[in-house]
Amino acid sequence: MSTPSFNHYAVRAIYRFEMHRMWRTLMQSIASPVISTSLYFVVFGSAIGSRMTQIDGVSYGAFIIPGLVMLALLTESISNASFGIFFPKYNGTIYELLSAPVSTVEILLGYVGAAASKSIILGVIILLTARLFVDYEIQHPVWMVLFLVLTAVTFSLLGFLIGVWADGFEKLQIVPMLIVTPLTFLGGSFYSISMLPPLWQNITLANPVVYLISGFRWSFYGIADVNVAVSMVMTLVFMLICLGVITWMLRTGYRLKN
Amino acid sequence: MSAIIRVDQLDKIYDSGFQALKGVNLEIQRGEIFALLGPNGAGKTTLISIICGIANASAGRVEIDGMDIQRQFRQVRGRVGLVPQELSTDGFESVWSTVKLSRGLFGKPANPAYLERVLGQLSLLEKRDERIMALSGGMKRRVMIAKALSHEPDILFLDEPTAGVDVELRRDMWDMVRELRERGVTIILTTHYIEEAEEMADRIGIINRGEIVLVDDKQSLMTKLGQKQLRVQLAQRFEQLPGELSGFPLTLGEGGTELVYHYDSGDEQSGIAELLRRLDVLGIEYRDLHSSQRSLEEIFVSLVSAPREANAGEAQ
Repeated sequence: MSTPSFNHYAVRAIYRFEMHRMWRTLMQSIASPVISTSLYFVVFGSAIGSRMTQIDGVSYGAFIIPGLVMLALLTESISNASFGIFFPKYNGTIYELLSAPVSTVEILLGYVGAAASKSIILGVIILLTARLFVDYEIQHPVWMVLFLVLTAVTFSLLGFLIGVWADGFEKLQIVPMLIVTPLTFLGGSFYSISMLPPLWQNITLANPVVYLISGFRWSFYGIADVNVAVSMVMTLVFMLICLGVITWMLRTGYRLKN
Repeated sequence: MSAIIRVDQLDKIYDSGFQALKGVNLEIQRGEIFALLGPNGAGKTTLISIICGIANASAGRVEIDGMDIQRQFRQVRGRVGLVPQELSTDGFESVWSTVKLSRGLFGKPANPAYLERVLGQLSLLEKRDERIMALSGGMKRRVMIAKALSHEPDILFLDEPTAGVDVELRRDMWDMVRELRERGVTIILTTHYIEEAEEMADRIGIINRGEIVLVDDKQSLMTKLGQKQLRVQLAQRFEQLPGELSGFPLTLGEGGTELVYHYDSGDEQSGIAELLRRLDVLGIEYRDLHSSQRSLEEIFVSLVSAPREANAGEAQ
């Protein structure tokens, strides 16, 4: 019997196994981020937002929606993907993946595909939840979906990379806590970077999250801190960098094989 | 029989600088049960890990059925099943979900009937929906075997499969190994229980300090290296071995009432007749004779301790 060149059974098995983990931990995977994001809407959108002026013609409550969705998307993509590959390393079941006839592409489609799917589901739920608190519009729905999917995939790749790199729970938390969350908060989730002093505006442009949030917000309201094409290119560049590093990790067995 | 696994000049040096394998050459024949014996740290698990793709070799080559395990990993790996030494399971998942994952990972379409049969053989069918963390150690070991068999491999590695399991499971496991062999599955096992290798294996390899010390058919190994022992129960007691018997490889045992004579079973002349004639000449009466063969364990100990003693001698 000839061996197929693509192990689609493995991709499906990993994907289903990972998605099953999400349903098993529904409170942690979905309910918890939805509740915390809803609290942001209540505090910043309804309570404080009602006393704030409009930004570029958009009410503050509506203005922060794309940023908050991105915040949840980034955090959950990293968390889902990093845990998905770190846990088998931690409990030793990684031996099975390493000894199976699966390629780098199949491993990534299974693990990153599942992590990105979970984040996209979560992003949609948060958007629907936001409707309960604030009115908003989506001017460019196709671009919105494109940014949503690209961001989920890119940060799931980053999460997978962190999961392979981490050799303990502390390292697993350190990148999301000390790097990603600050970059997201400082990336214009709650403000337009045009509100910053000129020097800080330039410094902020070194933050990759600025491009994601700006592009995503543009798809909602047609307003952006940076050109939407630049946002898209920067997202793609970041995705390719993550992809390159992960491919190297899986091919060499970095922190996976002895 | 033809070789299904060919290991050629395999080296493994860990980042720490420790050399776990030194130019290992080994051939495993199709359909055999091969037992790999060796003390702790000898390189057994490292060798298995490299063949199965879990560890990278520093040098050398491994072929399975003529295919390189690196370049043709897709064709090769789906045929290999592994039960590792460590009890590594995903405790939060159910037995069924984890065996389903294993089958898919190895590129096989869903086959619930087959998986149910495997679980049934391992007395796991009733536990199929239970979380693995709720199972006993022995049951978890069964789950690991079920996972390794889930994709119907024709080569099965069992790395210390009976370590820490009860007698019942051990017996079940060996029955299953025999059955798999009858179906044509090649089985490579490492074990600390030498009597198991003695009972189960067709061929035995001994590895020590990263080097294959010996590979041979079990029977031929026992015959070639199996020294025999003749115990002569004496009618009288001796304080020391009579000087007239000093030409024989004898020791005095059992408080001076027994002579222990060592000889090689492969020798045409065992020297027993001459010994008994000499006893008659000397008027030493004996009441009983008892002969026994050296066990595989004793052979194993003598093989792995020889280099150690030689090294100790060199160091002095």
